[in-house]
Amino acid sequence: MMSGLSHVNAKEPPALPPNSAPTAVAPELTQQLAPHEVLIASLALDLDDDLHYAPGLLALTAARLLVQHPTDHSWSEYALDSDLTLEYRDHAGVATLELRDAKHTLSRWHFTLEQHRAARRLIEDFNRIRDGRVRDPSLETTCPTCGGPLAAGDECPACARAVHTPPSTWTLLRLWRFARPYSRQLISGFLLTLAATAATLVPPYMTMPLMDKVLIPFGNGVPIRFDLVGLYVGGLLGAAVLAWALGWARTYILALVSERIGADLRTTTFDHMLRLSLEYYGGKRTGDLMARLGSETDRICVFLSLHLLDFATDVLVILMTATILFVVNPWLALVTLLPLPIIAWMIHVVRDHLRHGFEKANRIWSEVTNVLADTIPGIRVVKAFAQEQRESVRFRDANRRNLAVNDRVNAVWSLFTPTVTLLTEVGLLVVWGFGIWQVSRHQITVGVLTAFLAYISRFYTRLDSMSRIVSVTQKAAAGAKRIFEVLDHVSSVPEPVDPVRIDALKGAIELSNVGFRYGSRAVLEGISLDIAPGEMIGLVGHSGSGKSTLVNLTCRFYDVGEGAIKVDGIDIRALAVADYRRNVGLVLQEPFLFFGTIGDNIAYGKPDAGRAEIVAAARAAHAHEFILRLPHGYDSLVGERGQTLSGGERQRISIARALLIDPRILILDEATSAVDSETEKEIQGALDNLVRGRTTIAIAHRLSTLRQANRLVVLDRGRIVEVGGHDELMALKGDYFRLYQTQRRQIEIDEISWTPAGLEREA
Amino acid sequence: MIETKSNVDFSLKRDLFGRLVAIVKDGVEKVGVVPVRAFPISAPTAGFALLDAEGHELAWLSDLASLPRPDREIFEQALSAREFTPEIRRLLEVSSFATPSTWTVETDRGPTRFVLKGVEDIRSLTPPRLMVTDSHGVNYLIQSLNLLDRHSRKLLDRFL
Ligand SMILES: Nc1ncnc2c1ncn2[C@@H]1O[C@H](COP(=O)(O)OP(=O)(O)O)[C@@H](O)[C@H]1O
Ligand SMILES: [Mg+2]
Repeated sequence: MMSGLSHVNAKEPPALPPNSAPTAVAPELTQQLAPHEVLIASLALDLDDDLHYAPGLLALTAARLLVQHPTDHSWSEYALDSDLTLEYRDHAGVATLELRDAKHTLSRWHFTLEQHRAARRLIEDFNRIRDGRVRDPSLETTCPTCGGPLAAGDECPACARAVHTPPSTWTLLRLWRFARPYSRQLISGFLLTLAATAATLVPPYMTMPLMDKVLIPFGNGVPIRFDLVGLYVGGLLGAAVLAWALGWARTYILALVSERIGADLRTTTFDHMLRLSLEYYGGKRTGDLMARLGSETDRICVFLSLHLLDFATDVLVILMTATILFVVNPWLALVTLLPLPIIAWMIHVVRDHLRHGFEKANRIWSEVTNVLADTIPGIRVVKAFAQEQRESVRFRDANRRNLAVNDRVNAVWSLFTPTVTLLTEVGLLVVWGFGIWQVSRHQITVGVLTAFLAYISRFYTRLDSMSRIVSVTQKAAAGAKRIFEVLDHVSSVPEPVDPVRIDALKGAIELSNVGFRYGSRAVLEGISLDIAPGEMIGLVGHSGSGKSTLVNLTCRFYDVGEGAIKVDGIDIRALAVADYRRNVGLVLQEPFLFFGTIGDNIAYGKPDAGRAEIVAAARAAHAHEFILRLPHGYDSLVGERGQTLSGGERQRISIARALLIDPRILILDEATSAVDSETEKEIQGALDNLVRGRTTIAIAHRLSTLRQANRLVVLDRGRIVEVGGHDELMALKGDYFRLYQTQRRQIEIDEISWTPAGLEREA
Repeated sequence: MIETKSNVDFSLKRDLFGRLVAIVKDGVEKVGVVPVRAFPISAPTAGFALLDAEGHELAWLSDLASLPRPDREIFEQALSAREFTPEIRRLLEVSSFATPSTWTVETDRGPTRFVLKGVEDIRSLTPPRLMVTDSHGVNYLIQSLNLLDRHSRKLLDRFL
């Protein structure tokens, strides 16, 4: 009994207080239970009567319903009589469960939607026990949380993936995944950099003997040995040429790699994005996604290929120089390194500051692109309502916020770099002073000091550039975070781990007890419907009743919240998404055409279709003739979103597109609603061709378009209220009858006001 | 100019199931009526409606003063029973600055914890107010950044 309880609690963590609710309640509940009383279901209540957060508990056993009230933690119990009912409803994220008998409400409890599924199960068990039924064995093979099919080992693949784990913050290290394919080039780039840097380290070393063996002896009266000068200067030249050659090779290789890593990053992210469900796109802004894919990937690839290596070489050079310095003179070397800890501390201070700043700048940059992505496609509306000024202000505001954020980052940044420079300058002075003091005490030669100074300037330059990298790194880290937010997002329509293979579907669709909600809004509830292969179902109901949502679920654009959708007896969540969609043809109210030719658009779902096939599909869709009348026929360009065509023409092309893939299941969502009745007649002919022999779910605003349907299904506020043929439903005088009457009247009014008599009457 | 006037010709009561009942013209009783605010966030005290169980408008009230006393209390009580927009007073902790992120907050309805799915779920209403939507669709209100303490502001700033 205890294990049963903790099991439920583990699945359904209560809201807050974090640890008090389940663990604190559990022993108390045990006390409440009779010796052999078994807990069947429980539900953590997390809101009191005034909707304040407070923990409570609802527990169901075979004989009673036990309640610990959130308000005062007292317990009550209700024996399970046959006239008790539990009523569930939710609104704005708060669910309410009401216990009623025949005459009045006994009690009412509130909880947040987090406990929604536990509540559903409790109600199911409650009803079952009250009615003396046994548990449905099919429940054992479905996930208790989402109702989906369970994989081996009683694990639900969908739920296992829906965990809310944030992406790791070590995003820069995770970028290695994109750099790895180029590790060979990167390593050779690194070695080249190393060699080039080593070559640049030779000249200062040569100044030492040049000073001590040539110039200073000359000052003391010894004639200059030109053979030595030739040797050393030749050495200097050789080193410079070598450094040049190596530097060229390195830059070339790294530039190539950089572009490739950037391309990989972009394509991988885009591929991943394409696999995400409609739910993801519902919440995202186009401009934001475009910014992530565009500018941020670019920044990351530059970082990976150039700055990261620069940084590595900087570190190496600093280490190498430091070693040389220590070998030459440890005391002087120690003085040289003085600014280092200060710089390290400064980096530590500004680093987080910079990254937050850059993250913010990225987000605001997205806002700038968002305004564009909003305004450009909607330009007709903007102009029609003369709101250019308003959009301009919006864009300007976004830009101003962008400036403000960048200004703040730059304030930090602009102070940081000069400070590092100042520190190195001061360091140089200290070395001069300390060096001259050492020369005066004959501890080092002048040559050693000049070499030292030559090294130090290099050393400090590196330190400078290394500190500059702090900014680039943080910029890349900010970008990488946003890229990984996309890459880490698991599709809410997950691919099954072990998909059932299907060749051709027969097209039987079975909806069993389907429920769905957008956020906290329940849109569909308890939808059950069997559709035979080849049957045509007309889906009718008021706007907003959930018709489109139902077909979205059937297409698996979203996964059902509860229940299951099966085709030919297989849960669609067990099929590979692409396999399944290949069998589904979809015609929407607003057909979307892609930039390209009409032929390409018709062949969109079947790119390898032959020309004859395309023409046949267009013919069946009654699109052939109007296409031929266009100056370039099937090769005519349709413009972005198909804007060069009329609504009816676009619709017929989208019908041809659906026809070409020859789907077993066809979905028409208000396919003729956006066109006038003349065009509708033409499209109707096309649709009749399309529907023939396929399982069809058709939504139509004009009921007359559904005359061919075998059955009509009437939806009202997310529930099926009536099912039957036209005559049957008319005889019922219910919702359908009323819908039909309203439309009849509407049509009559239209007809009257458009006939000359009607116009006269109006006048 | 399009204008809507208040039309108050109903009275309210509750039945034994606790449901709201409106008694309209000729003593007809409509069971399960629902009071709503038209602008629950931007103007919570301007514009109310009473909807019937099917969601059709029974009455429009431009302000509650037009309702007689006992009805007004029932109306307000029914409104508050349906409203759930906790106001965030303090952010105690966020699990990560990358989304999805679990926030632990203090609200006017007590402490709670929720999952923020993405930064786009933080929306700016009429400034300076912000609205945060969690993974279950519950909305939380933040009256103003300036009313939050330093720690909360700092945490929140990372998402704005
Ligand atoms: N992406 C969405 N997010 C939130 N709510 C939605 C979304 N799409 C539809 N809805 C809501 O769900 C309900 C059903 O919508 P829909 O299925 O499109 O209705 P219908 O097609 O019958 O007109 C509507 O009330 C609508 O406001
Ligand atoms: Mg629709």
